[in-house]
Amino acid sequence: MTAPERRSERPAPRSTAPPALVVEGLTATYGPVTALREVSIPTEPGRVTAVLGANGAGKTTLLRTISGLVRPQAGQVRLGERDLTGAAPETVAGAGVAHVPEGRGVITELTVEENLRLGSLLGRRRASGRGGPARGWSLDDVLELFPAIAERRRRPADTLSGGERQMLVIGRALLTEPDVLLLDEPSLGLAPRVVTQIFAVLRDLTEQHALTVVLVEQNARSALEVADTGVVLALGRVVAVSEAAELAADQALRHAYLGF
Amino acid sequence: MQQFLDLTLSGLSQGAIYAAFALALVLIWRSTRVVNFAQGAMGMFTTYLALLAVDAGWSYWAALLLALGSGLLLGAFIERVVIRPVENGPELNPVIVTLGVFIALQALASLLFGAQYRSFPAPFGLTGLQAGSVNLAITPYGLFTIGAVLVTMIALVALFRFTDLGLRLRASAFNGEVSRLLGVPVGRMLTLGWALAAVVGSLSGLLIAGGELVWPAYMDPLIVYGFVAAVLGGLDSPAGAVIGGVAIGLALSYVSGYAGSEFAGLAALLILVAVLLVRPAGLFGRATVRKV
Repeated sequence: MTAPERRSERPAPRSTAPPALVVEGLTATYGPVTALREVSIPTEPGRVTAVLGANGAGKTTLLRTISGLVRPQAGQVRLGERDLTGAAPETVAGAGVAHVPEGRGVITELTVEENLRLGSLLGRRRASGRGGPARGWSLDDVLELFPAIAERRRRPADTLSGGERQMLVIGRALLTEPDVLLLDEPSLGLAPRVVTQIFAVLRDLTEQHALTVVLVEQNARSALEVADTGVVLALGRVVAVSEAAELAADQALRHAYLGF
Repeated sequence: MQQFLDLTLSGLSQGAIYAAFALALVLIWRSTRVVNFAQGAMGMFTTYLALLAVDAGWSYWAALLLALGSGLLLGAFIERVVIRPVENGPELNPVIVTLGVFIALQALASLLFGAQYRSFPAPFGLTGLQAGSVNLAITPYGLFTIGAVLVTMIALVALFRFTDLGLRLRASAFNGEVSRLLGVPVGRMLTLGWALAAVVGSLSGLLIAGGELVWPAYMDPLIVYGFVAAVLGGLDSPAGAVIGGVAIGLALSYVSGYAGSEFAGLAALLILVAVLLVRPAGLFGRATVRKV
C-alpha cells in the first residue's frame, strides 16, 4: 500500500468528459421468472436516476444485469465506447461501474480498512490503465468524508452500525474511481436522519464528480427528493419515466405504484 | 519424566506434519467450502515424483522443490478441471468429486510407480540428539520438520495479512460476489487458493515420508489425523489448524506411549466426537450454520 498523501480538500472534479452509461432494452430472466422486459433507463453524468417500484418489480435485477451478475437475454449495456453486455462482473467493475449491492455488501470478516483497501486496489488499477490518476480518491479522503468510520478503521467491519456500513460501502465504491455508481436500497433499515445525511453526501458527490448514479429505492419519497430523473418499474416493465419532480407531483401514479 | 519428555518431543514433530496437512484442508475449505479428501493422495503423488527425481540422481532439495512445484500445478489443475464444473451444483458434489480424485490418484500411483514399499530418503540424521549424556527423542530430521512447517506457516500468514494478493484471496474466500463487484478475479483467486493448499499438502506428504516407507496408501492415516486436527482448530482458521495439528500430535503421542499405539486411532476418533459435541465450530472457528 502506498502511503496516502494528506489533502486538505476533496479530489478536484475531473476535466475530461466522463463516459455515458447506456442501458437499453434489457430483458432478463431470473430462474423461471422473466424479471425484466425491454427495460431502458435514461442516465447522465452528474445526475441521479431513481428506479422505483414495489418489491419484485425487477429493480434489483436491473442493477445486477448492468453489473454483470445476471446475463441479459436481450438488450445492451454500454459505457462510453465499451460494450459491457453480458460481461463478467469483475470486467464491468474494472470498466468503472461500482455496484453497491442490497444488504450493503460489507465483507464483515475483514476490517473497515481492508474493505476500503479492496476499493483502492481497483481504483489504482483503473487509474494506471488510463495512464494517470483520475479523480484520485485516497483512503484519507473517504475517511474525511465519513468521520464516523474513521475511528473504526482497524475494527472488523461487522462491528459497524447499519448507517456506518452504508458509508463504508459508498466510500469503498468511490475508491474504485467509478464513472457509474449503482446503489441498491441504500436507505434500507436506516434511521431517517441517517438517510438524509447519506443522500445529501450522494447529491454532492454526483454533481462534483460528474458521477452517473442509478439509485434503486423502495423509499420513493426520499429517492425522488435526491434524484433528477425517476423511472417506475412494475412487474419488470418500465411504466413511467420523467423528471423526478414531475413524478413526485403525479398523485395517481404515486398511489398506484409508489405507495405514498 | 524422561518418557514424558520423549513423548512430547516426538509428538511435536508428528504434530507439525498434521498441522501442515490440516492447513492444506483449511485453505481449501475457507475459499471453496470443500473438504478436500484428495489432499492426501495429492501429497502422495507429488512425493512419488520426488522419489523418481531422487532415483534419477537429483539431490533431496531439488526433489523437494520439484514436489512442491508439481503440487502447485496439480492443485490448480484439479480446481480448474475437476472442481470448477461441479461448483455451482449441490454442495456435496465437489466433496464427492474429491473422493473420486483420491481413488483415481491412488490407482494411478499403483500403476505408474508400483504398489510395493519404497524407502524415502531424509536430508538429516534420524538418530536422536543428545543433551549431555541423555538421549532425546528428537532427531535432526524432526527439527527440520518442525522448522519447515513453521516457515511455511509464517510465509502464509505474511501473504494473507500483509499483501494485496492476500487481501484479494481472503476477500474472495469470504464473499465472492462482492469481491467480483470490486473487480477481483475470484475464479483465479480460487485456483490460486487450491494451488497454495496443494503445496502445503505436498510438504506434509514429503515430511511424513522422510526416512520412512512410501506406498500408494501411505498417506491414509495422515488424512484421518489431519482432518481431526483441522476440525479441532475450526475448519475456518489457519492458526487453529496449526494448533489443532500440534495438539493432536501430542495427544496421540501420549496415548501411544502410555496406553499403547493400538489406541491412537481410537483416541483420534474420541477427540473428533468430543469436539463435534462440545464445540462444533472448533476451537478457533466461527460459529456459523453449515448446510453440509
